Amino acid sequence: MDIDKRKRELVKEFSPALENYSLKTKIWIGCLVAIILVGFYAFLVQLINGHIVTGMRDNVVWGIYIINFIFFVGISYSGAFISGILHFFKTPWKNSVSRIVELITVLSLIIGPIFILLCIGRLDRLHYLFLYPRIQSPITWDIIAIMTDLVGCFIYLYLTFIPDFAILRDNKELKVAKWQKKAYRILALNYQDTTEQRERLHKITRTMSVMIIVLAIVAYTVLAWIFSLTLQPGWNSTIFAPYFIIAGLYSGVGVIIISMYAIRKYFHLERYIRKVHFIAAGIVLLVMSLLFGYFTFSEYFARWFSHKENDVHLLDTLFNRYFWEFIFANYIGVLVPIVILFFKKFRTIKSITFAAIIAVLGLWLNRFLIVVPTLETPYLPIQDTRAEFVNYSATWVEYSLSLTGIAAFCLLFTLLIKFVPIIPMSGIIDYERDQKKYNKRQPKKAVK
Amino acid sequence: MRYAMVIDTLKCVGCSDCVVACQTENDVPIGYCRDWITETVNGAYPSIELELKSERCNHCENAPCVRCCPTGASHQLNNGIVLVTGDECIGCGACIESCPYDARYQHPDGYVDKCTFCHHRLEKGQLPACVSVCPTKCMYFGDLDNPNSEVSELLKKRKYKTLAPEAGTKPHVYYLI
Repeated sequence: MDIDKRKRELVKEFSPALENYSLKTKIWIGCLVAIILVGFYAFLVQLINGHIVTGMRDNVVWGIYIINFIFFVGISYSGAFISGILHFFKTPWKNSVSRIVELITVLSLIIGPIFILLCIGRLDRLHYLFLYPRIQSPITWDIIAIMTDLVGCFIYLYLTFIPDFAILRDNKELKVAKWQKKAYRILALNYQDTTEQRERLHKITRTMSVMIIVLAIVAYTVLAWIFSLTLQPGWNSTIFAPYFIIAGLYSGVGVIIISMYAIRKYFHLERYIRKVHFIAAGIVLLVMSLLFGYFTFSEYFARWFSHKENDVHLLDTLFNRYFWEFIFANYIGVLVPIVILFFKKFRTIKSITFAAIIAVLGLWLNRFLIVVPTLETPYLPIQDTRAEFVNYSATWVEYSLSLTGIAAFCLLFTLLIKFVPIIPMSGIIDYERDQKKYNKRQPKKAVK
Repeated sequence: MRYAMVIDTLKCVGCSDCVVACQTENDVPIGYCRDWITETVNGAYPSIELELKSERCNHCENAPCVRCCPTGASHQLNNGIVLVTGDECIGCGACIESCPYDARYQHPDGYVDKCTFCHHRLEKGQLPACVSVCPTKCMYFGDLDNPNSEVSELLKKRKYKTLAPEAGTKPHVYYLI
């Protein structure tokens, strides 16, 4: 196999996505920038006026910002977990989805923590967390865990990018801007794809793939502890950490499937992202939905059966004020994906994507139901307080900033896949190289 | 020294004077409060009784709010009083969530605020504002480490309870029953 020729072929195949910005892409980027600008205005409004412009009050001091934070960090955790497993076990079809998963991992870990900053009453004193940190606070643990996770994920993502940067650097026919070529040259770190370099890179990427799984589990466990180490009804639970991990995986796999669908459609990558990949991801989603359903049932059943006074208040709130949200999050959000993914005949690309959308929406609502109703029904019953202090309803500022988070995620994703191919070219070459070696080693009759 | 407050639920009439005094003394923003009145109906018909009591931060010996504060803004003095240094608080809300008594709130200026047992008045030798204005004199304040203090004597003589004892926070606000 002529490696250089193959590299040129792959660059030629993926270069249109890097070289041209179609009208559709420009409109898409324009819309995202517009949403981000509105969000920036909302941020200024909140910064000038304080939390009074949000729905967060005396009792419900954590609203949809923290829900978005948990949601994005969960997606990142899930991405790290799946990406790590794909790399560690050298899954044959990893090339089709690994870069999508890695980008989701890092970008959601950048966007997620921004939401926690919006929750803070005095953003101007944020540096106190680093100047006067107290190690016994779960918030400090969370900061350490998330920052370590972010660094680990960045290094991992970069390691997987290096061989592709080198391929793009070495290709003379690629028509991209000068700065982009210069960036490829710098970021490739003089990687020449020698056997020694390749082996070293594979070894370190494999080590990092295990490390990011561990880091992600630690980060998400600590996040769950922020809730479960309090006495609040609905939060004080020993299964919260594994429950959060399963929920994170559930939503993350959902987002990966949705991204796979969008990218396949947009870049016409039907050759690379095939039905078999959707079915494989769909089966992971099925397993996660069963586990998530089991944990959710255990959690609420124990609270209902034990009949503690504050748990009764919480369940009353869930089944009255949040009835439809509860039904969607915990019934539709779990059962619909199970039904679609369980029966083989329902497993089409569109239906699997639909199941993923339902799972993601259900999961977001599930996070909402964990945070808000608990704060509305605290440990000791509230008396004689203003309705708006107890009953949370998000304002336009919160919705706008939430949309901005999603828009920023999509914008960064779009810009990154305009910078490096969404399918790792080096991964395809490595796979073909391995296949060739494997075929050489096999006796002829065994080769089909 | 261990400061404690004792409230006689049999004498409290729920007039909310303590709430108004606190809001005035501590410049509490409108709509918020550091102390409040609760009404609980105990027993079963026909032998029912209404219990009125003034609630606030319990200045717990084992304070979860102090433990979870990431910057040390929430802290405990040697005399047992739990305080929040407004200038050091980042307003993350972790202490609000960890308090089983819901005694804290986020001030419109972003930091977290709560009852201080009127620490500034104690330094001048005065009683907390709520105690000093109570028209039925149902509130008592003093040092639990002094066996002859009014609060120690009352807790020796009378039956009392604390709020949410199962939380293990060891509160320093006692209710005579």
